[in-house]
Order: sequence, then C-alpha cells, then structure tokens
Amino acid sequence: MTDQTSGADLLTTADGKSLKSSLNRALRRQKIRALMLIAPLLLFILISFIAPIFDMLLRSVENQIVPDTIPRTIEALEEWDADTGEAPSEEVFAAFYTDLAIAEEYKTHTRLGSRLNYEKTGISSMFRSTGRRVGRFDTDAYTDGFTDADAAFADPAQWAAWMADDAVRASLPLTTDAYDAWALLTVEENNDIPAEEDPADFVYTALYRDLMNGNTAAAMPAVDVSAWEPVVISEQFIDANDGWADPEVWATIKTYGGTYTSGYFLNSVDLQLTPDGVETRPEDERIYITLFIRTIVLSILITGSCILLGYPIAYLLANLPLRSANVLMILVLLPFWTSLLVRTSAWKVLLQNQGVINDILVWIGIVADDNRLELINNATGTIIAMTHILLPFMILPLYSVMKTINPSYVRAAKSMGATDWTAFWRVYFPNSIPGIGAGSILVFILAIGYYITPELVGGTKGVFISNRIAYHISSSLNWGLAAALGSILLVLVLALYWLYDRLVGIDNVKLGG
Amino acid sequence: MAASATDKAFVEFERVQKSYDGETLVVKDLNLTMPKGEFLTMLGPSGSGKTTCLMMLAGFETATHGDIRIGGTSINNIPPHKRGIGMVFQNYALFPHMTVAENLAFPLEVRKIGKSEREEKVKRALDMVQMGQFGGRRPAQLSGGQQQRIALARALVFQPELVLMDEPLGALDKQLREHMQFEITRLAHELGITTVYVTHDQTEALTMSDRVAVFNDGRIQQLAPPDKLYEAPENSFVAQFIGENNTLTGKVETLSGERCTVRLDSGELIDARAVNVSAVGDRTKVSIRPERVEINKDRLSPDAHTLKAEVLEFIYMGDIFRTRLRVAGTDEFVIKTRNAPDQVRLERGQQIEIGWLAEDCHALDA
Repeated sequence: MTDQTSGADLLTTADGKSLKSSLNRALRRQKIRALMLIAPLLLFILISFIAPIFDMLLRSVENQIVPDTIPRTIEALEEWDADTGEAPSEEVFAAFYTDLAIAEEYKTHTRLGSRLNYEKTGISSMFRSTGRRVGRFDTDAYTDGFTDADAAFADPAQWAAWMADDAVRASLPLTTDAYDAWALLTVEENNDIPAEEDPADFVYTALYRDLMNGNTAAAMPAVDVSAWEPVVISEQFIDANDGWADPEVWATIKTYGGTYTSGYFLNSVDLQLTPDGVETRPEDERIYITLFIRTIVLSILITGSCILLGYPIAYLLANLPLRSANVLMILVLLPFWTSLLVRTSAWKVLLQNQGVINDILVWIGIVADDNRLELINNATGTIIAMTHILLPFMILPLYSVMKTINPSYVRAAKSMGATDWTAFWRVYFPNSIPGIGAGSILVFILAIGYYITPELVGGTKGVFISNRIAYHISSSLNWGLAAALGSILLVLVLALYWLYDRLVGIDNVKLGG
Repeated sequence: MAASATDKAFVEFERVQKSYDGETLVVKDLNLTMPKGEFLTMLGPSGSGKTTCLMMLAGFETATHGDIRIGGTSINNIPPHKRGIGMVFQNYALFPHMTVAENLAFPLEVRKIGKSEREEKVKRALDMVQMGQFGGRRPAQLSGGQQQRIALARALVFQPELVLMDEPLGALDKQLREHMQFEITRLAHELGITTVYVTHDQTEALTMSDRVAVFNDGRIQQLAPPDKLYEAPENSFVAQFIGENNTLTGKVETLSGERCTVRLDSGELIDARAVNVSAVGDRTKVSIRPERVEINKDRLSPDAHTLKAEVLEFIYMGDIFRTRLRVAGTDEFVIKTRNAPDQVRLERGQQIEIGWLAEDCHALDA
C-alpha cells in the first residue's frame, strides 16, 4: 500500500527524474515476476545440468591426482634431467618409497597407475605389482636396526613425544614429514591412535636418511647408522618391477606431475607431451583427428542429403491444399512417435548383408548374390540411417519458412517473363534460404554429436567422435580425455555457429513465422 | 484491315468456362471483347469469378472450356511467361530479397536485355512513378504507397501491351488510394496500354474505367461505361451493386414500349421505364436512385404518379441532406437532396409526397 501511494506521489510531481525512477520500479517488479516464473527451471538446469557439465569440462585439464598422491616424488624429480637417459637418483626412489607406501595404504596407487597409464601404457601394472611388494621391502632392516640400538625407538609413545618436540621436528625434516603422513594415515585409514601404534618402516627409513644426511636430534638416543649396510631402495623397486629402471617411465611421471595438464587435450588431437615438448603420436596411436574429420565430413554429407531429400517434400507440403498437406505432415512427423532405437534397429534389418534391401537388389538382378552391397557397419550405413532420422528436423523449418513465401512472388516472376526454373531459382529459392539455414544448423549440430545410430549401424568405419567419448566415459574410464574431446566438440560447434552467423547471419534463420 | 480488326478485339474471351472441382462452374459462359488501349474494370463481389478471369488471362489458371485470345492469337496453350503481360498483384509481390532497382531489372534480365539498356529502362520507369531516388532500397523499407508505385513500374518496365491489375489499391488508405487511382489512369492513357483492372470497390471502378464489367455468379451482368452502368442498370443486381439505390417490388400493370406502370405490393401505382420486364403481370423490382427522387411536386409532370411518404430521419451531411422515409411499406427509402439555398430541410414526422421522372425509375427483373 505504501509503495503505491509513494509511487503516485512521484508521478504527480511531474518531475522527470522521479517519473523515471518510478517507471524503473514498475519495470523491475515485472522483471522480478518474470524471473520468478523461470526460476524453478533455471535452478533445475543450473544444478542438474550446467554445473555438472562445467565440472566435467574441468576434468579435461585437471591432474590433481598426480601431485596429490606422490608429492615427494614430484618434488624430488625436479632435480632430475630426463635427457641423461638414466633412472633418477636414490633420493627420488626414497621419496617415491614414502609416497607409494602411503598411497598403498590409502589404495590410491592403482588410480594413479590408471591415470599415468593413459600417457604410457604399462605403468598401471607397475604400480599395482609394486604396491603389493612395497610393504615387504627390505627396509625393515632399518627398523630392526633402530629398535635393536635403543628400545625407545620401538615405543610408539616415545615417537609421539619426539614428534611433538619442535626442536626434533626442525632438525629431522624427512622423519617429521614421514611421521606426520603416517600419523594422519593411522588416524584416517585405521582409526587408531598414533601414540599406540608402531610406526611403519618408511618412517624409520626416513629417520635413517636424515641421520645419513648428517641431521641429528638431541632428544633422540644417538645411533650410528653409517656402519649399517644400506638398503638400496632403487634396487628394491627394480626388483619388484624392472620397469622402474626405465627413465621413460620417470620422464612420464615428471611431465605429468603438475596440478593441471594439457595432456588430455593434446591426446585429443593425436599429440603427446614429452619431456622434450609436444610431439605427434606414433602413427598407430593416432585416432582422434581422423574421428573428428570423419564426424564433420559425415555430418556435412548427412546435412546435404537432408537438404536434397527434404527440400522437395517441404515444398510440396507448403504448396498442397491444407487437407492433403496435413496428411503428409503426419507422415513426416510419424518417425517422431517411434523410438529412435527402434528406427535404427529397423535400418539394421534393412541394410545388412542378408537384409531386405540386398535381397531385393539380388532378386531384381542388379546385384550379384556373391557381391552384395556393404550397406551397414560402415559410413554408408551411418549416412543412410542418420539422414532418415534427422530428416524431419530439416523438413519442419523449411516448411515453416516456405509457408510464409507468398505464392504471388512466383506468379509475379512468371508474369514478368521468367520460366518456371528461373522463377524458382531467382525468386523462390532465395526466399527459402533462411529455412535451409535453420534446418542445416539443426541437423548438423544434432548429427555432429549423434551417438546411438552410429554406434548401432556405423561399425568401425562409421562411428563418430561421440562414440569414442562414450567409450572413454563408460569403458576406459578416462574421463579427462572424454572431457577434452567433448570440449573440443563444443568449441567446434560454437566456431561453426559463429562462422555461419558471419556468412549467413543468424537473423536470417527462421524457424517459422 | 487485319491490324485494325485485332486492334478492336485485342483481348477476347469466347464462351469461356472455368470449374475447379468439376461440379460447379466458377465462370459461366464468359464473352468479352476489348479494344486496344481500353481501361476495363472487372467489378464484382468476392467469389463472382472476376479474379479467376484475370488469372486465366495471365495464364495461372487454364480455362475449362472456351478460347481466350490476345491480338487474335489463342493463348490457351501459351505458358504465362511467354504471354508478355504485365501484372500488378494485390499485395504488390515485390521480391523482398532484391532492391527496388533489381526488382525492376528482373523482367528485363530474363528477357536478356543488355546491362546499359536495362539500367536506362529501370531509371526511366522509376522516374515515371516519381521514385527515382529509391532504386537502392529494399521493398520492406518503403511505405505502402511507394511499394504500390514500384509494383506498377515493374509491371510496365518491359513495355507490355496488356497490363493486369488485381485489386492493387486494396491495402492503401483512402487518400492515397484516390491519388493512385488518378495516377494509374493517367499512366495507362499516356502509355496507351490496354488495362484489365480487378476490384470490388465500385467507386474505383467508376472513376478509373473506360468500361466496367460487373460480375456476379460467374457471369458478366452488365458491360458498359460507368455512366450507363449507374444511370441505366440492366438488372437489379447491377442496380443494387453500383451506388446507393431504393428498391420497391410490384407487378407490371401496363406496358407500352419503353414505359410501364407498376402496381406496388402495397397497392400504389408508379411510373417506370421498362428495362428488364417483358409482359404485363411480370413481377418486378423497380429501382430509383436517392438523388433522382423529387420532393417538389411542381417539378413533376402533372400526370405523374406520386407516393405518400413520412420522414423518419434527416441527416445533415454537409454537401447533401440524406433523408430516410417510410414509403410504400418500407422504412429504408432514402433520398438525397443538394444543400442549396432554396432547399427545404425536412423534419421528422413530416408527411410529404414524392415522385420521379419515369425514365429515372427502372423496372428490372424480380
């Protein structure tokens, strides 16, 4: 109520500014009301659709798992130069030992192995087999050495006390780091209290390395470790899996050590990241460029055949009397009422080698029985089936644009001396271009991301990039690569849309009216 | 001799019939002869067959029966684009994807006329309709009247001998329409073009045409110059359709040559001119124009029959007075009197006597 009276007051002042502000207020209320109307849908889409897609696309560059799982190794590897052609130093292996021992407890080493396996095959099994062995490394010799030297080393409470002492922490960095990680692990994974549990071997190993580095803590009993027989950790690893001696494995780990990576995207375009920079993949591993090109070329062919087949039908629809046009329209719309899967399966029956079409051709005598046409499980099958399935999306916009073309245009052209063809080509066709544009955009964008039909009738030569994306999402679980491929596809579509806008003008696209 | 014969019968419809569904005839037995240079209007209510006739002439519809000739040649089997007929459409049908100049150049281009000559002709045609500076515009950027001019120029640019116009002024407002009526007739006469003009607006038909063909029910009801059409309608449809008209019904009582007397259904006897009655006792509709009714008895001949009338309504319209009367049992009898200094202004309820000259009252078919 108060709002209304004050609004009326502003208006009666007839002052320009207050009139404007009250108008704004009125409009704002309208805008808020409009926003409220779409808010449920907007929120639903935002939460259930846009946000997950955005998250999914982020996976295409995300590489958190490597630095999160083996942070010490990545740090130690910075010193190492892959060009030497030698495996990294003992220092790196020691850091890797700590990381892997922790990761094995958390069971994250297999996931890391899968991640790195995308970049270099074989790494996954190395991680798995080494993970099984890492608890049984000979480093228990150090543990025994310390506990034999002084019983205090075998007392969990004593360890907890040392590690609470800032002086000890400052003088023994490796031990502190290892113990903290172990303590965290004990709490998180085993629900135990660190002060009651014996520290793991890798903590003693870290202490040994600290002491060998000349770091000592005054609070600890002095132990002379230099006389001990050293356990060579790199040998332990190579013993578990000789792949660890291969510098290329380490180069891969080093290259993909960052939090973010361009690796997935490079992989998407048949490139790979090596320590020496970006390189093309070996010929037998190139697949995605071919797939992208095939997706685009087939989509263009499908769009083209949709135009060729759809234009005459749309023309007929637009120029028939209403009654017959309605019957024809139902025929056009009929496929929409049938499941996509059913239609595609029908094509499978029709197109296969012993299928209906081949049988008829053989029966007529056009094709020899021993030389039946290959119509399915190749690009031909994909084009035939997808043209059929996407045809309504071409016909409908074409029809609605043609419906608006005044029939007197063609009559006028003919009355001025144009032949039927000239009247069509110079007058009717240019006016129907917006419909072709709208239909082509629709069909092309639908085609470029199509999945089910190429999957069922495309075989290996007729599959699209989307089939590969689906494979990486559901079978190989390489979501990062799937996300990168999806992002490239999205950018491709947007770029084509932009190009189309520049060439044809999006204002010229009409879906009707 | 032959040339002059085709000049007199430049456009001919001979026994033309047209049916769309094979059951009803839209055009029934049409016969029409047009001399060269004539401006002929086909006038009629919608569905009367006038547009069908135009479309048959243009070649967009084929005659079911009969012969259509232009310049002595039968055109039944000539496709529209070879007929060389200029045409202006109801909604102008300017090509939206071409500029005005391209629109005008189109008929010249399809005739393979050279570029320089083409440009010259387009310029001349645009100047002719005073649209010289609009060549670069798109049709959508023009007003209705301007589009109309362009459509006209486009129909004339290839110098056709025959131009067809299908209600070209229907979408314009009254003032512009009147202006364009004048302009179209001026151009048609200046260029000596034979014009067939279709409209349902009788004012347009009367003011523009040399002759008007009134269509109804698939037939030409009357083909005559505007003045004859108005003053001497041949049947009650034409009388009703053209201008305002009072109708009284009755039976022919006496008939002698041009003259007859009619006993109205209400019992009165009136004088009339026998136009479309053949025998005594025929039922007839007599038709009299509102402005030909006389309320001053002194101006009528002494032996003229008169009718009693009661004034129901008097409307002041500026230049004329329009008075509604109750006459011979009808409440819709209208008379128009000129607003002259000596004119009487009738009042409601006044009882008067009205009459007319026998030649102004037409006894027509019932």
